[in-house]
Amino acid sequence: MIDFHLTKALHTAAGPRKLDVRLTLAPGELLAISGPSGAGKTTLLRLLAGLSRPDSGFLQVDGQEWYSHERKHWLPPQRRPLGFVFQDYALFPNMTVRENLAFAAAGQPNPRQLEAGLLSLLELTELAERRPVALSGGQQQRVALARALARRPRLLLLDEPLAALDGPSRQRLQQALADIHREFNLTTLLISHDPAEIARLAHRVVELDLGRVRRVGAPEPPAGALVQGRVEAVLPGGLLRVRLAGSTALVEVPAPVGSTPVPGDELALMLAVVSVPQLAC
Amino acid sequence: MGLPLAYALARSRSRLRPLIEAVVSLPLVLPPTVIGFYLLLAFSDSTALGRFLIGRLGMSLNFTFGGILIGSLVYSLPFMVQPLQAGFQQLPRSLTEAAYTLGKSRLTTLWRVLLPNMKPALLNGIVLTFAHTLGEFGVVLMIGGSLPGRTRVASIAIYDEVQSLHYAQANAYAFTLLAVAFVILVALYWFTKKDAARRLA
Repeated sequence: MIDFHLTKALHTAAGPRKLDVRLTLAPGELLAISGPSGAGKTTLLRLLAGLSRPDSGFLQVDGQEWYSHERKHWLPPQRRPLGFVFQDYALFPNMTVRENLAFAAAGQPNPRQLEAGLLSLLELTELAERRPVALSGGQQQRVALARALARRPRLLLLDEPLAALDGPSRQRLQQALADIHREFNLTTLLISHDPAEIARLAHRVVELDLGRVRRVGAPEPPAGALVQGRVEAVLPGGLLRVRLAGSTALVEVPAPVGSTPVPGDELALMLAVVSVPQLAC
Repeated sequence: MGLPLAYALARSRSRLRPLIEAVVSLPLVLPPTVIGFYLLLAFSDSTALGRFLIGRLGMSLNFTFGGILIGSLVYSLPFMVQPLQAGFQQLPRSLTEAAYTLGKSRLTTLWRVLLPNMKPALLNGIVLTFAHTLGEFGVVLMIGGSLPGRTRVASIAIYDEVQSLHYAQANAYAFTLLAVAFVILVALYWFTKKDAARRLA
């Protein structure tokens, strides 16, 4: 459970503004933050991580006080158990993929096991001995995610993790994020501009504009993207076989987070294939 | 000495920063004899600092090896600080922040993340400082004098030999200095190149 009210002066293109956000997150919730640039999205994440100091307010995580203006209490980033994934990934160029994870996992119980588990979860085992320069954007992003998890965080902060990726690696990383969320059930804040991505991953979405909360609520799927379907079978591995309404086509999709439909249930689906690749990849 | 100073300068947002940067860079602009003269004064018993050094710490620095060392340090500081400061500033801020969010202290971050990723700047600083100290003349002559066996450094020895028309001896000193400098520089650049190649592999 995360409860905060944070304020900070912002310097936007439209002149000085004040970031003022009050939110409560349920344990295990995945909250998306969206809004135009300069709205204060990244600033909010940095305040939560302790990379910037708020001007006033408070921040409580699982009953522990991370920041309180009144009591002049501020926990430095080193002592906040969280994972932060940066827009530019911020992998350490002097270390291989494995060393990046090992550096993060140092001090945790069973660091080697944790490291191996994360490498295989994010399909990085093959790349473990490479340095970040020798990786594609999507691969680097998966390393950044694995490294953030290697500290066994209680809160995961993702600053536009998918923005710089193209179609296929974007899909793959979305899947990885969904898997991670199912596996670790971490309270997560995700900055994203893509309504389809938000609808797929997030429980709730907060729209920020000029430092203020415009709207908090369920993600709205983009218009025209919804397809009705009926569950035909529940498959092993958390997959559902669904018959699309008005056709005989069958698709297999991951079950939605937090519920287990049974055969015969009606579902609303968003189909995500956007183009047909020329080459198999 | 250069490293913590460069780190502090690169990270600092203080209003005093330009002032400190200017003080560090002064030896680049001034003739070495000016620096030497003021250090000589500072170390002598006619100033408060000199009296403190001599009286309290028992450090009489003029015309000693220790004095030369401090003089060279002050004089070569900008050659170390400037490449290092540039090196620190070139690294993306997110590297430091990523290490912090992984629970790493400032020192661990500096040692394991920042320094290994600015090896070229580090080597550049070492080479420049080394080269500059080896060729240093004015400051050393002012503070150290040229006492045989105590404060006579190579560059001054050469000058003395030439003044006394001992060309063979001067040549021996000069050639040794040249050879040593050349070998060390080649070794450093060779190492830099190898490191760069390894990094890309």
